[in-house]
Amino acid sequence: MYIVDHRTPFFAITGALLAISLGAIVFFRLPLSIDFAGGSLVEVSYTDARPELSVVTAAIHQLALGEVSVRESGTSAITVRTRTLSPEEHDKVLLALSNNNTQALTELRFNSIGPSMGAELGKKALYALLGIIAAIMLYIAWAFRTVSKPVSSWIYGLVVVIILIHDVLVPAGFYAVLGHYTGSQVDSLFVVALLAILGYSVNDTIVIFDRIREHLRTNEHDKLVEPFDVTVGKSVTETLGRSINTSLTVALALLALVFIGSKETMDFALVLLVGVVAGTYSSILLAAPLLIPLAKRFAKDAVITDTKKKR
Amino acid sequence: MQSRLSRIFSALVVLVLAGLLGWFVLSTNGADSKYRVKQGLDLAGGTELVYRADTSAITSDTQGALNSLRDVIDRRINQFGVAEPLIQLERSSALAGTPEDRLLVELPGVTDVTAAKDAIGRTPILEFKLGVGATSTSASTSAGYIDTGLTGRYLSSAELQFSNTTTGVANSPVVILHFNDEGAKLFEKITAENVGKELAVFLDGVVISAPTIQEVIAGGNATITGRFTAQEARTLVQNLNFGALPVPITLISNDTVGPTLGAQAYNAGLHASIIGFLLVALFMILWYRLPGIIATLALVIYVIITIAIIKVVPVTLTASGIAGFILSIGLAVDANVLIFERMKEELKAGKGAQEAATIGFGRAWPAIRDGHLTMIISAIILFWVGTSLIKGFALVFGFGVITSLISAVFISRVFLRAILPEEGGRVMRFLLSSGFHTGTSAPKK
Repeated sequence: MYIVDHRTPFFAITGALLAISLGAIVFFRLPLSIDFAGGSLVEVSYTDARPELSVVTAAIHQLALGEVSVRESGTSAITVRTRTLSPEEHDKVLLALSNNNTQALTELRFNSIGPSMGAELGKKALYALLGIIAAIMLYIAWAFRTVSKPVSSWIYGLVVVIILIHDVLVPAGFYAVLGHYTGSQVDSLFVVALLAILGYSVNDTIVIFDRIREHLRTNEHDKLVEPFDVTVGKSVTETLGRSINTSLTVALALLALVFIGSKETMDFALVLLVGVVAGTYSSILLAAPLLIPLAKRFAKDAVITDTKKKR
Repeated sequence: MQSRLSRIFSALVVLVLAGLLGWFVLSTNGADSKYRVKQGLDLAGGTELVYRADTSAITSDTQGALNSLRDVIDRRINQFGVAEPLIQLERSSALAGTPEDRLLVELPGVTDVTAAKDAIGRTPILEFKLGVGATSTSASTSAGYIDTGLTGRYLSSAELQFSNTTTGVANSPVVILHFNDEGAKLFEKITAENVGKELAVFLDGVVISAPTIQEVIAGGNATITGRFTAQEARTLVQNLNFGALPVPITLISNDTVGPTLGAQAYNAGLHASIIGFLLVALFMILWYRLPGIIATLALVIYVIITIAIIKVVPVTLTASGIAGFILSIGLAVDANVLIFERMKEELKAGKGAQEAATIGFGRAWPAIRDGHLTMIISAIILFWVGTSLIKGFALVFGFGVITSLISAVFISRVFLRAILPEEGGRVMRFLLSSGFHTGTSAPKK
């Protein structure tokens, strides 16, 4: 079977993508939004023409609030990010934005989070991610316990964990690049997106593993000795149609969210889209083929054909 | 094997039930309906305030102090006139450093934060007022009452006792007030002059208890024998003991979303959901033909059930919740795709349509089960550890996944089995195949 027989180049490709993502995270960083770093965000929309950004920026800088970021958002709004503001400072910012009440505006949102609270939210998000990965690994090891031959069910769990880490890192790398150019920051929605990707990706991998499980059972029942890589290859081929079709449908729903959804959820949908694509190729090109070198390493009695020799 | 007729009958039953549920979902969208979808602050507009409660000075009964803090804030918010405010205590998770107690205040529709914060932060007033005339009105406003000059300033403490002698009713709760010296004198004077009248206890301008003076009370202790339950008496004691905020609070987070932004987010989410659904349905029908139509029908029912759950539970819908919903639609489709792919394989192997469907469902089941279970586990962990935004996602996603499980294994199956003939002719084979196959080729090995 093509993918399994040529797994080494595919490992190289996925590895390269992973390395690029990691590089993007290291070089561009994932700037934390006030959700996790603490701080205040004020977004106002102007009833009449929006004033020049430089004018507004100068007015805000006069308040001496430390490091501030003033950006245009949408067609008539301006977003100001600062350290955590007191109610008085908040009023001053609004005054500065309205040019001392000469320009009519409405405050679209005001979000202010203390630094300690932000740090806690960040930790919670991280624990949720780790907790889910651990729980999924345990469940897989348990669900595949009946087919521990030739490969222990823990190997399946391990592979799923590798896949999950891959599927989180690739969209995170994408987001680092996106953030570098658009100023998007890591907020709670981004974390939700990563969590959703975990759920989606594991489902994708399970479908292929389930097919392997079924073949192993049938072979055992029929007393048929089949090389493990042949079983894996067969399973990948048989589930290929389903994997691609499901990804297509999910991608369609997400594309709708990217183009029609609110601007708040656009980054979210983009990250999900990248995650779904990564989840699909990783389950096909990485998950099942990875079982083979791991089986070679950990399951000595597994029958595996030589990679050089075509089936 | 069920007969054809009974299979069609069960499909009709499911259709009728789904129709009824759909009618419920559509007919409960009015502004006054109890089952209207509750929108989160990010969609409806409003303010969320998070306060840190400093309990370091409280040595005993921290929980009692916190409960009374919540009651005090609750009363103040109610006076402020907010529809459906949410005031709840939270404890920051022990996972993230030193745990601390928090008070979460959600004010839907309130975007004038300053006024709201003032209402929460100001010092409350405990007052004793006399009813005009013997046991006068039980109005909850200060109209019909006159000031006595006795306020919470003179109260040293209040306690809860259970008496079975004074009232003759076994174990009826009694609230004992202890005044300080100055208060005791004032209280004695007031009671001496006004026996038989109502002496109402006001907290933040609202009557919380209106006992009648039965005799002159000297010594600085007063007993309130209202007709209240033990729980009410306990609350009263808490309120009296903690006339001022029992626990100092500091604002640590503030999130205000203007109504325009919220409405935009809601409409955009709604449109995206509808378009997303139509695209998915179109793809399913074009690629999977007859089963695709059935899957789409199952999906419609899936959407109806999920919305009904959101309405009845009720789940507060947020922008992240809508995203969770869209994602769960994708996963519900996947379950159907799995079943159809399996069914197709059986058809290729030359099985009859009914048999192929039965085997297809059986074969697809373990993958569907494992996939859905891991996602349910994920949703539970998210709901457990997550912040409110993540919880909003987890809840909708979790319910969506459970519904998807039901819709895939039950609803799709019922419809498919009602429609399929025992053996498929050429036309049926075409309708049941997918993609670019014509379905007429001989079974391949």
